[in-house]
Amino acid sequence: MIPAIKIEQVHKHFGALHALKGVDLTVEQGEFFALLGPNGAGKSTLINLLAGLIRPTSGHLSIMGHDVVSDYRLARLALGVVPQELVFDPFFNVREMLRFQAGYFGRGKENDAWVDEVIEALGLTDKAHTNMRRLSGGMKRRALIAQALAHKPPVIVLDEPTAGVDVELRQIMWEFVNRLNREGHTIILTTHYLEEAEVLCSRIAMMKGGEIVALDSTANLLNRLPSKNLRLKLGAATLPASLAGRLRTQDSDFYTLALDDVGQIEQVLAELRTAGIAIEDMQLLEADLEDVFIDLVGRK
Amino acid sequence: MSNPEKTLQPVLTPPVKTIESGGLNYRGVWTLFKKELLRFWRVAFQTVAAPVMTALLYLLIFSHVLGEKVEVYPGVPYTVFLIPGLIMMSVLQNAFANSSSSLIQSKVMGSIIFVLLTPLSYLEFFLAFLAAAIIRGLAVGACIYLVAIFFIDLPIVHPFMILAFAFFGTALLGTFGIIAGIWADKFDQMAAFQNFIIMPLSFLSGVFYSIHSLPSFWQKVSHFNPFFYMIDGFRYGFFGVSDISPWISLAIVAASFFVLSLLTLKMLKSGYKLRG
Repeated sequence: MIPAIKIEQVHKHFGALHALKGVDLTVEQGEFFALLGPNGAGKSTLINLLAGLIRPTSGHLSIMGHDVVSDYRLARLALGVVPQELVFDPFFNVREMLRFQAGYFGRGKENDAWVDEVIEALGLTDKAHTNMRRLSGGMKRRALIAQALAHKPPVIVLDEPTAGVDVELRQIMWEFVNRLNREGHTIILTTHYLEEAEVLCSRIAMMKGGEIVALDSTANLLNRLPSKNLRLKLGAATLPASLAGRLRTQDSDFYTLALDDVGQIEQVLAELRTAGIAIEDMQLLEADLEDVFIDLVGRK
Repeated sequence: MSNPEKTLQPVLTPPVKTIESGGLNYRGVWTLFKKELLRFWRVAFQTVAAPVMTALLYLLIFSHVLGEKVEVYPGVPYTVFLIPGLIMMSVLQNAFANSSSSLIQSKVMGSIIFVLLTPLSYLEFFLAFLAAAIIRGLAVGACIYLVAIFFIDLPIVHPFMILAFAFFGTALLGTFGIIAGIWADKFDQMAAFQNFIIMPLSFLSGVFYSIHSLPSFWQKVSHFNPFFYMIDGFRYGFFGVSDISPWISLAIVAASFFVLSLLTLKMLKSGYKLRG
């Protein structure tokens, strides 16, 4: 099967800035894929290249087998992008915008049923005839998502779709996006909410400084780190030097220590007893994607 | 929320034959054209009624001040002489305003992305914006004409010339508007374009006078102003009289349109200021 997205040795320079440094990435059809990384890592640059909003300095990108530069019409026909910024056209209402968007992609009245389905699934039915500028931020975000889906693309890119949106919208949106993914649409998600990526995505790429520093299944990434975190509250006492090697994070008087297995708890407790330090509180936690992210990328 | 029952079958989205065959995405062009038309129609007071009112005020004031004192063409009262020039000036300014304001507004607001993400080619993008600019220019011109003939008897000697100059004039200025809209990054730059290029060229083109009334130096300078040929040729359609041969004017206007179109298409193809 042709990959949904194939990126080969892509470099992008903005003047002196080397924003992407030879990125290689393949996303198969039907995947729910996360692209993670701190601000400035190159995620948006990569998405803009896929969308044809900018052009690569070198390398190739294709969507459903169509090169985004030489075969851009078919590549764009296969792609729907939800942009990060809340942009809108103030002259039109929601339904008009969706019909226009589908029309640009060559779709006509036969597509109206799908547009209505998208409007309903995203909870926009009441606002279908409301001018875009009169919508709240959350509703504008829904309309943006609907616009990206108006031509029913097989590959959907969601660039920070849940930034600043409420819980209700998140639930509605993920329910619908999950449905699309079950029906075979490929989803590429960038988000700062790592728990979303952990729950939703089967595979994850982590970017840093214009490079992919990790690319694996979510399960394998989670297995990269010690499986447990021991969170201790030590009051005014400081962590003994003998345990400094295990320290993952420190937040006020809470210390989070990395453990390979639960058997090491006894060893930690013994060290604290030897140092004469009393434990005020203790929690045993599973390592999550945020731990992996911090480990690989350095910061959230 | 994971998807254990995922089909892993390729999703079937309806094909779009015109795009897949490499032909013109006529539905896409039509949609963008329709959207551009609706955009100015939704604010018709600003985009149609206001320029009509401005042209009629010019007509009222100049005909009151100069109507009885000046005769530019033999047997043609000044008020009657003035109308075609005012119509054409408004037609040209509004054709320019349509494409330029739409582009700068969508660039500043970010909504240009909705068009840039689509499979519309640079030629299709150009055709849609150009057609909308032509329609806006012609709509404003037709309104001024209809209001003017309600009060003044205006002859039409060569209707084909009127239509030809109106078409190529709006096309030329619509194209110039696309260039300005692509080039400008902020409203301030667009205002400079409008106030320091379009306005002087249109006011100094012979709308209010014949260039034969100017000193010979300024007559020569006027020949470098493309607006002069559009106004003079358009006026010829009404009176059968012009400062220079209307065929020369038409050839210059049509050639300018084709040259500017090629430049615009080159800009769009390269993604200049639209795609990084």
